Amino acid sequence: MNKGEYTPGREGGGKKIIAELRAVSKRFGDVLAADDLNLAIEEGEFLSFLGPSGCGKTTALRMLAGFEAPTDGEVLLDGDVVNKLDAHLRPVNMVFQHYALFPHLTVAQNIGYGLKQRRPRPSKAEIADKVAKALDLVQLKGFEDRRIWEMSGGQQQRVALARAVVNEPKLLLLDEPLAALDRKLRKDMQIELQNIQRSLGITFILVTHDQEEALSMSDRVCIMRAGKIEQIGSPQDLYDRPRNRYVAGFVGSTNFFDGKVANVSGSVANVTLGNGQDVTGEAVHDLHPGQDVTVSVRPEQISLSTKASDGSLPVTVLNRIFLGEHTEYLVRHDSLGDFLVLAPRLAELNEGPFNTGDVLQASWDAGAALVLENN
Amino acid sequence: MRLYSIFVYLFLYIPIGVIAVFSFNAGRHASQFQGFSTQWYGKALNNPFVMDALQTSLTVAFFSALCASLFGTMAAVALQGIKGPVRTLFDGLIYIAVMIPGIVIGIATLIGLVTLFDLVNPAIAAIWPEGAKPPQLHMGMGSLIAAHTMFTMALVVIIVRARLAGMDRSLTEASSDLYATPMGTFRQVTLPMILPGVLAGFLLSFTFSFDDFIIAFFVAGSETTLPIYVFSSIRRGVTPEINAIGTMVLAASLIMLITAQILLRRGEKRKS
Repeated sequence: MNKGEYTPGREGGGKKIIAELRAVSKRFGDVLAADDLNLAIEEGEFLSFLGPSGCGKTTALRMLAGFEAPTDGEVLLDGDVVNKLDAHLRPVNMVFQHYALFPHLTVAQNIGYGLKQRRPRPSKAEIADKVAKALDLVQLKGFEDRRIWEMSGGQQQRVALARAVVNEPKLLLLDEPLAALDRKLRKDMQIELQNIQRSLGITFILVTHDQEEALSMSDRVCIMRAGKIEQIGSPQDLYDRPRNRYVAGFVGSTNFFDGKVANVSGSVANVTLGNGQDVTGEAVHDLHPGQDVTVSVRPEQISLSTKASDGSLPVTVLNRIFLGEHTEYLVRHDSLGDFLVLAPRLAELNEGPFNTGDVLQASWDAGAALVLENN
Repeated sequence: MRLYSIFVYLFLYIPIGVIAVFSFNAGRHASQFQGFSTQWYGKALNNPFVMDALQTSLTVAFFSALCASLFGTMAAVALQGIKGPVRTLFDGLIYIAVMIPGIVIGIATLIGLVTLFDLVNPAIAAIWPEGAKPPQLHMGMGSLIAAHTMFTMALVVIIVRARLAGMDRSLTEASSDLYATPMGTFRQVTLPMILPGVLAGFLLSFTFSFDDFIIAFFVAGSETTLPIYVFSSIRRGVTPEINAIGTMVLAASLIMLITAQILLRRGEKRKS
């Protein structure tokens, strides 16, 4: 990461650093799964690793859990270097992608498993008490003696969560925990995970490829690509000030236009698009004239009108999807190609709704466009 | 095609069925049925030679199955951690051990053990104190158990390996993540998961050892197992008593094989 781009998600700072990756790399044969990762995790935060499969996010998680040792660099837990500390000695628990519940044990035995390994071993009553509280927390009261295979996927997910949080770990690692659930359940679990995290105050680290999941739950999101961290920031930060085209494409939906920087003054850049048209946008990072860049404009920031205005683009409506609060238009510009426009219901009171085939003018406010590095 | 397969099954099972039927024969001839009776079962069970042989067979089967399931499970668990050409070599050797004809194992074990005893017995005699009679290693119960352990161990390795391979690796990781030591993980997760396989392996080993004639014939020394007893009595003609013994052995073997199957099936179901 370049200097000055570290963007802590919370104000105030001064929070205790509970875990840290320092220049951590992991090599599997010829593959560099994690490449010089630097990251400080604050106590009590909800942090997500977001990226496509194979980007190294799971490797990062497994190094925190103790299942993989870094090839280079240091992993710190609570201030201590733990590179060589085996998983069973780390005060860290994980919720596995396919839950990895023990099929030969009951629900209560699964949840009490971690407590039972403690030395000195807690009393039976103490374990039972904690297990009951954990079951209560995940709303599975009364399921103590059920077998794992008698539970539905969503219930198994809750047992896996209870089995981890009952140990009050310093870090709770979640490896794509919601991937196996259907859409409705996933939504419910997202809210529940957030609630549990807030009520327990445990640091949660989530690995996911689902941007919506990462953005909706996390305090900070760490976007990864090919073993490297692309950008770390609060969901809003990433949305409003993506570092480059890759991040902008990963966070929310957006329209990209290729262009070249004409000139830069302060944080405002003038860009000549492929068709010779000039647009003005906010330069999130340092740019120099002549640089190939991408102009990113979010669909909700583009407005459509029958009247031409300064710098507006003539477009034809190709498709309309009614989404209730919004209407999504797919429009075509002769030389810039197709892009999306999201028109709020209120705007449609003045003009529109428009129909397929309508010829309109698309425009956006000068500050709405972001000028991004291409890579 | 269906008719053809019926003939195959008849061909396979009619001789066995005949033995079972004739074991209930009231007459003393094995070839003509003279009414129903269970007298031959009583005769067989009261025959001291039969009971002696049965006891030998059960002892050998029990201890060899115990050793085979213990060492076989250890080997299977150890093999899990090995990869590459060494693993392939061991896998091959284990399958070969199952496929080698019993007579080869019998002769090889006999020659091997006799050579060993010839080397070891003088050595023991040499270091034994004067005046006392030195012990002599010889063929018998020990060599029977050793030989049976060897050839049934491969079975256990194969069965337990299959269960280990079907076990989700994240289960042992989860156990380790939940603070269990490697030994604790083996005891609390791996072992319970493979236990049906180990038990099935024990029962199969027991059955194979109990039913084995060829290897036992070579290495039994002065011991008489039930199959050896049956073989030697047949030389004096097939009697309904032999049929009764055969039927009992068959029933016992079937019960154990079915139990082993049920154990393996149940294990499968639990896994999912």
